[in-house]
Amino acid sequence: MGQTLSEKILSRKVGRQVKANEVVTVSPDYILSHDNSAAIIQEFKEIGLKKVAAPEKIVIVLDHVVPAASEKHALNHKIIREFVEEQKIPHFFDIDAGVCHQVFSEQGFALPGLLIVGSDSHTTTYGAFGAMAIGIGRTETASIWATDEIWLRVPETIKFVLKGKLQLGVMSKDVILRLIGDVGAEGANYKAVEFSGEASSSLSIDSRMVMTNMAAEMGAKNGYFEPDDLCLDWLKNRAKKEFEIIHSDPDAHYEAIYEYDLSNLEPQVACPHSVDNVKPVTEVAGTIFHQALLGTCTNGRLEDLEIAVKILEGKKISRRIRMLVLPASKEVYLEALKRGWLAILYEAGAVILNPGCGPCLGAHMGILAPGEVALSTANRNFKGRMGSRDSAIYLASPATLAASALEGKIVDPRSYL
Amino acid sequence: MKGKVWKYGDNINTDVLFPGKYTYTLMSPEEMAKHALEDLDPDFASQVKPGDVIVAGRNFGCGSSREQAAACLKAAGVQAVVARSFARIYYRNAINLGLPVIQCPEAVDVLEKGDEIEVDLAAGEIRSSKGNFSFPPFPDSVIGILKAGGLIAYTREKLKEKGVL
Repeated sequence: MGQTLSEKILSRKVGRQVKANEVVTVSPDYILSHDNSAAIIQEFKEIGLKKVAAPEKIVIVLDHVVPAASEKHALNHKIIREFVEEQKIPHFFDIDAGVCHQVFSEQGFALPGLLIVGSDSHTTTYGAFGAMAIGIGRTETASIWATDEIWLRVPETIKFVLKGKLQLGVMSKDVILRLIGDVGAEGANYKAVEFSGEASSSLSIDSRMVMTNMAAEMGAKNGYFEPDDLCLDWLKNRAKKEFEIIHSDPDAHYEAIYEYDLSNLEPQVACPHSVDNVKPVTEVAGTIFHQALLGTCTNGRLEDLEIAVKILEGKKISRRIRMLVLPASKEVYLEALKRGWLAILYEAGAVILNPGCGPCLGAHMGILAPGEVALSTANRNFKGRMGSRDSAIYLASPATLAASALEGKIVDPRSYL
Repeated sequence: MKGKVWKYGDNINTDVLFPGKYTYTLMSPEEMAKHALEDLDPDFASQVKPGDVIVAGRNFGCGSSREQAAACLKAAGVQAVVARSFARIYYRNAINLGLPVIQCPEAVDVLEKGDEIEVDLAAGEIRSSKGNFSFPPFPDSVIGILKAGGLIAYTREKLKEKGVL
């Protein structure tokens, strides 16, 4: 019996063949944390150790509340900067860098075959490059800083075989929302999710990252695409170290295989208050909202801004709504700036924010008032997440968001392109 | 250690395990234990005895990542949770806090509230008045975390053994 990508990566780590359901103790290649590093530092200090085990493996990106919104946030950032200095942690990215998952990928830490852990549930994003990337808790992160080890259960794998060609105006966000709607929020609990099939290979890197990011929303431990030429091209001049490409064996065991033909897929919307409450856009068309959020670690990349620009260029968004644009990183922001896209979006009536997470989790800027509704390209729509507990969130693709912003209500974007 | 079974269904979420309204007000394990499962089974917190075992269905611990949802059961004296399946983050949090979580659908099929039960982690066996059920034993590292009472304490012990601390 062959092995899946996850079984292989963990086998290499322990130096023997392991299979699903075994528990192994392994040393990760990188350990990500963000603003929550301040809490992790406190736990690390409780262990009593003076020095972290492997400073070069620690990657810290300040992104959740940047620049600091209050004295408390400012103090958190200060504690982190001092710790970085004291421990000589080389990979630290301050408030100008962007959202951790985008920065981590652009900076070449997310590489094929690596085992990456992060104290953020959307660490799964790095599977877009064929890494095994897993979200963990703060306590565990503190312990890994101390020991350079973590215990992991080898996951079973679910495979999604994607076929056909997406229609114009239908994006990978629509695909992943449909899959989550079908399997449910626990559908891939503790499992690895493999995205394969001809339609998967035809997706851009930006599009792949949307799907691995949101694999977390079906409960997945990790989600991945197998690395191909497109992936390797993207990594050229970025990769921080040598890596080995790992594929699943043809005779690997999958717990389930689902096939999808994407040719007829409509744009999808996740309705309040759970990510698996997914409906075709035509069923929720006409829904009124107050704030549009384009960006985040899910959909704040160039491809996402580009489609919004196509829809909004020379036009104005509805006066009934306000729109926030949150590019995912400095690299994305600068490129969009050079191409004139930020000017187009600003002219259309959007507010351009600095790269970061803030509004997505109701932590910083763009907070919702009671009774307000947001349409967002982010990955979570839990009750009250973006502000008041009496607010609601609909999740959609950047195309759906841009077309809907024009009209001030949810619309099908396909006739706007 | 012998105890009695408390039996629950599927999708026991972190809100019924430990209500969100207490997460920033109740800090000591004793206080947490008083509110364990209060929105699901008001009798649990007052009647649970050290050594008792929770037996439940699918996706135990789904929802929030709050560690109190595992800490409150451990503080209440619960010896282990046996379920058909666990939500991923809960599974890790529980072990890292020193609460054994055991996936054993065969035991869940048979055991009922009040059955006498004993969990032997080293042998990978659940012994009960309704029969014995085996589960794959935890590796030494996980046993070590459980014995130390959680990951931070275990890490400290391990570093001391290595002479690093």
